[in-house]
Amino acid sequence: MTESMIHAGMQTGQVPDAMGRFGPYGGRYVPETLVAALDQLETEYRSAVEDSLFRATLDELLRDFVGRPSPLYHAKRLSQHGGGAQIWLKREDLNHTGAHKINNTLGQALLTLRMGKSRVIAETGAGQHGVATATACAHFGLSCVVYMGEEDVRRQAPNVFNMKLMGAEVRPVTTGSRTLRDAINEAMRDWMSSVESTHYILGSVVGPHPFPMIVRDFQAVIGREARQQCLARLGRLPDAVVACVGGGSNAAGMFSAFIADGQVELVGVEAGGRSQQPGDHSASLSYGSPGVLHGSFSYVMQDEDGQTGQVHSLSAGLDYPGVGPEHSFWKDAGRVQYQPCSDAAALEAFDLVARSEGILSALETAHALAHAIQLAASRPKDQIILVCLSGRGDKDAAEIARLRQAAT
Amino acid sequence: MPFITAGDPDLDFTADVLKQLDACGCPLCELGIPYSDPIADGPVIQASYTRALERKTHLADIFEMTRRIAPTLAMPIVSMVSYAIVFRRGIASFVAEARAAGIAGAIVPDLPVEEAGPMAQICKQEDFGLIQLVAPTTPRERAIRIARSSTGFLYYVSVAGITGERTRLPADLAENVAWLRSRTSLPICIGFGISQPEHVRQLAPVADGLIVGSAIVRRIARADQEPRDRVLADVTDYVRGLLDALKS
Ligand SMILES: Cc1ncc(COP(=O)(O)O)c(C=O)c1O
Repeated sequence: MTESMIHAGMQTGQVPDAMGRFGPYGGRYVPETLVAALDQLETEYRSAVEDSLFRATLDELLRDFVGRPSPLYHAKRLSQHGGGAQIWLKREDLNHTGAHKINNTLGQALLTLRMGKSRVIAETGAGQHGVATATACAHFGLSCVVYMGEEDVRRQAPNVFNMKLMGAEVRPVTTGSRTLRDAINEAMRDWMSSVESTHYILGSVVGPHPFPMIVRDFQAVIGREARQQCLARLGRLPDAVVACVGGGSNAAGMFSAFIADGQVELVGVEAGGRSQQPGDHSASLSYGSPGVLHGSFSYVMQDEDGQTGQVHSLSAGLDYPGVGPEHSFWKDAGRVQYQPCSDAAALEAFDLVARSEGILSALETAHALAHAIQLAASRPKDQIILVCLSGRGDKDAAEIARLRQAAT
Repeated sequence: MPFITAGDPDLDFTADVLKQLDACGCPLCELGIPYSDPIADGPVIQASYTRALERKTHLADIFEMTRRIAPTLAMPIVSMVSYAIVFRRGIASFVAEARAAGIAGAIVPDLPVEEAGPMAQICKQEDFGLIQLVAPTTPRERAIRIARSSTGFLYYVSVAGITGERTRLPADLAENVAWLRSRTSLPICIGFGISQPEHVRQLAPVADGLIVGSAIVRRIARADQEPRDRVLADVTDYVRGLLDALKS
């Protein structure tokens, strides 16, 4: 591979601007205490991406430690099942630690070292970002604390064990809804007190500037590889690209390479949960409104006073009331369509992909798969639908068994 | 200068506490508008926000309460409010409603100076204070820029961290505030961590005001279980103790 994996990520466009704005979205709504650290992070990041040694180090890690490039796989039996368009999967589930999250954590861990910090904190929902952070920290000898909502500690128990095995401390969060949103609150509070020695490795394209930019750029390797693989294998670009959206990092990484290809349809799939009622889903782009959460201006589920709303998803990684500001920008611009997918449809897709392809996908990813299966069925056979298979489902097996038991 | 949470345990009691704090001679009171995701707050204030929100304390109800109470008080009330709430209301509406409700200004802890432009402009037109914060992590040139855009007073955050009582405050706190004082004519008030008469004695010489939050909120929290007049008496004793330390 001659082209660096990170450098091209910087080409993903003119956004954000110097204030961290994607159109009106983004920005930096944080306590003054954190501003200096965010400035430091931005400066360090901008110098890192210009540094050929930094890029070479990250590229080597992504190749030898993560196993990149991840394959592009033609899901033939799944495609035949629908009888329509071809479904191709970008296999981020085959990365080391089983999801796209590692692309970001290795990059940010390298930034941590550049900043001379020795301690890392992170939040996690599904536990995949926690595991990927614990992995990066073990790799570099950094100390690591992961905040995780108590409800997620329960439903994603295998990942909790894995984090601990790699030397991370997992702190269960018992405030609020005990899910991802509360874990981010706790991580931010830790950072308020520890900011001089600690870097906060945020796991998605959310939070204050520069996080949405940095995480997107580190994840942009997904889309860049997939685009090249499509051109090499199929001789053309896909007709549609589908990815699930929690905070939106795998989707942002995938979409960023295709944004300029106006003919490629881009679809982000949110957690539609149990129903369209507030509190029953976590589809902030589909049902929410612009507001401020976790340091950023973006679509959010909120009440009339601006209090963050309750959300639900059976997948811990999508169970979040906000979304990355760049997605809000893409939504308003009409460049990306955002669709909700119900809990039930995601479970059904999980089963179908397991049985027809021999792939256990993460429950988060199953939302994207459900939409892609539906879309493919309505399109002719010569069309190509590319799905970001963001992670594998080992972590979910026990929870799925429990849900099935409860349903019978 | 006390900080209390609006609506904990209910707005009637908040009104009683405000009257009492005024009677004690507090020069100003910060009124915390409960918010669902306060990342700058420690467990005590977080819990008070959660209680207030569980009781469905809405912004309109808080304004309704202050509209009744503020004219009877000698001390001004300043709101402590997340930008999430201000934005949702619309900046202009928030400022107009707050002002009509007898509130003198706002501290918006998640609105750093770069983002404060639109709100600062409206506050200026409406003669509504927008109090900005300087933290121990703020570089000095930046602190000067913040001081220039703050109105009413400047809030100096004593510790890098979240709100909550501390036994010890940073050794260089007085020195840092003294430096800032040499660069601005605005009054400087110090907050975060202050809870003991000893802190008050130590910081009084360098500050124009000292903000005490968690130590009072923790006492008010007991109004859920204990007779309210006893809680009120306890808060009064505690605040009088601090005010005495200020004079000594
Ligand atoms: C496999 C997988 N996909 C998707 C997500 C959602 O995050 P994002 O939207 O940032 O990609 C998660 C989050 O935990 C995940 O583990």
